[in-house]
Amino acid sequence: MLTYTLQRFGLALLTIWAISVISFVIIQLPPGDFVDAYIASLSASGSMVRQEEAQALRQLYGLDQPIWVQYWKWASRVAQGDFGTSMEWGRPVTEVLGDRLWLTVVVSLAAIFLTWGIALPIGIYSAVRQYSAADYAFTFVGFIGLAVPNFLLALIIMYFGFVLFDLNVGGLFSSEYQLAPWSWGKVKDLMAHLPLPALILALAGTAQLIRIMRANLLDELRRPYVATARARGLAEWRVIVKYPVRAALNPFASTIGYLLPFVVSGSIVVSLVLSLPTVGPLLLRALVAQDMFLAGTIVLLLGVLTVIGTFISDLILMWIDPRIRAGIHG
Amino acid sequence: MSELARADAPFVTAAEERVAAATQLQLTWWRFRKHRIAVVSGIVVILFYLLALFADFFAITQPHSTDAARSYIPPQSIHWFDPDGSFKPHVYALKGRRDMRTFKLIYAPDPTDRRYLVPFAKGYSYELFGFIPMDRHLIGLDRGVPEDALFLLGTDQLGRDVWSRLMLATRTSLTIGLIGVGLSLFLGILLGGISGLYGGVIDTAIQRVIEILRSIPTIPLWMGLAAALPNDWSVTQVYIAITVIISLIGWTELARVVRGRFLALREEDFITAAELAGASQLRIIFRHMVPSFLSHIIAAVSLALPAMIISETTLSFLGLGLRPPAISWGVLLQDAQNLQAIAIAPWLLLVAVPVVIVILAFNFLGDGLRDAADPYG
Repeated sequence: MLTYTLQRFGLALLTIWAISVISFVIIQLPPGDFVDAYIASLSASGSMVRQEEAQALRQLYGLDQPIWVQYWKWASRVAQGDFGTSMEWGRPVTEVLGDRLWLTVVVSLAAIFLTWGIALPIGIYSAVRQYSAADYAFTFVGFIGLAVPNFLLALIIMYFGFVLFDLNVGGLFSSEYQLAPWSWGKVKDLMAHLPLPALILALAGTAQLIRIMRANLLDELRRPYVATARARGLAEWRVIVKYPVRAALNPFASTIGYLLPFVVSGSIVVSLVLSLPTVGPLLLRALVAQDMFLAGTIVLLLGVLTVIGTFISDLILMWIDPRIRAGIHG
Repeated sequence: MSELARADAPFVTAAEERVAAATQLQLTWWRFRKHRIAVVSGIVVILFYLLALFADFFAITQPHSTDAARSYIPPQSIHWFDPDGSFKPHVYALKGRRDMRTFKLIYAPDPTDRRYLVPFAKGYSYELFGFIPMDRHLIGLDRGVPEDALFLLGTDQLGRDVWSRLMLATRTSLTIGLIGVGLSLFLGILLGGISGLYGGVIDTAIQRVIEILRSIPTIPLWMGLAAALPNDWSVTQVYIAITVIISLIGWTELARVVRGRFLALREEDFITAAELAGASQLRIIFRHMVPSFLSHIIAAVSLALPAMIISETTLSFLGLGLRPPAISWGVLLQDAQNLQAIAIAPWLLLVAVPVVIVILAFNFLGDGLRDAADPYG
């Protein structure tokens, strides 16, 4: 059990390191170094930078040193919470990010819970009533969710919201709360706006989960212990929910490992279409404007958060699956 | 059911004889044929690739030709019969007039001015497969140029014909998926094969790399890489770069499948038998192993393709993938990015229809192939 935890923890650290390298590469990719870009953006706004100042900046960021030293300097500053300055906004990156990172987390988590909430009952139903009309119908809806890229789904829902109900479905807050500080009312407002983006994101992932749940449960339902339970006169829902569903749930929990990166990815694009105040629109703007510290930081933080989420899901998996606890791989 | 029948039968029937003598691919094919939806999906996919192959032939007007006077024309309806009842498909010529209050152009069909559709008509010249000069198109008009009168799916803001652009976009998006999958397949078979064949430290290392790649959210990563492509790159350069970026991450699933098959097959009796019979390593891989997982690979590929297509469409939609003047599904959908655009010209969203159909078809096809890939299962 301890070995498993340590193994997972080690892998999480390794992944975070890999993500940090990738983010650093993204920051370094545009031609010229960061000071050139900084000076260019300053001269565009009218202020001049003297040669000595530029040199001092280069030294501060270690730009005159080999690339691995630069990486090391950047990584150690990041570890202390200093993500650099956003060129476009002229403010520290953390300040620009503000609530957006947490709102991304909120939207992604809501989407994941909704995915489970939809896929679990439908998966059970589809397995118990295999080949029924509803089974086919759910499979079909699931496939649509899988096949329609979620930005497209967002566009279509937005269009019908506008045409049929004359609604503008974008955003996460009503206009009066947009700039207001956090309050109970703002939280409630967020809750009211959350279901739609969460549903759009969730639909993409449900198809696969429904199929996994259905297949797992079908395997379990054919086991002799189910027949035994039934023969002993257990109520039908008890026969199904008490044992086979629990056994079928194990692979279900392990899917969070791929679900989380998938949902976070999707939230970026959906946020753009629905203009949600998450990091999505910020990332696109930063990339277009080549505001690389901001863009790199967003990629880094999204990646790290995903890894942490996956690590937590590994722990949960260990908690519910006795085989992993006992160190049996199977 | 079939097992029962076999147990009861006193002797081997002709049908069973056939099964026993069939090759792996034949068995897969027989099983696949029974999958009705998968077969239909397969046909749909083939039709779409034919469309992509002859995109210019199916296009009606030059897809880059712009004209402000044709901006936002709604899709036209085809009238199939003449007033006298004879079958003569035609469209009404459009008369544009400016609404003096809103200053919007309004297009009214003119029922007296009928333009008849002609099959295999002459239109703009193009090069079939890139080297055969041609100017025939599937349909055209009997008089006047189609640029002025024939808009099956309407026009966009710059007055370009959406139908014709859609044909060329299909070509771009479907081929980018194919090339991307080709690259991923190469990486997947190479790394998955090494991983499964040698095992040990190499296997562990490759598996860790795959796990790491799979746990990183792909879209931010792609966005970061795609944004770094220089602005002055040509359409072809961007096309290649985007394909590479997409397949850099897409290979993991294929590698996983290949490795899994290698691991499973290594333990099979017939492999041991081949080894004992003195077959070389290469012969075992290509003569004995590859044929028995070829169908798995095909299934994995047809499931990977839609993911590639979605990736390209999403990136181009964000403006970080292919850029105009390249035409792809994502580029076309970019025109429908905000509510204002869709409210004025809802038909721009029609581009989504082929996207959804192709992705669905690939998914069903892949599912059917995956089931069929295991003929004894």
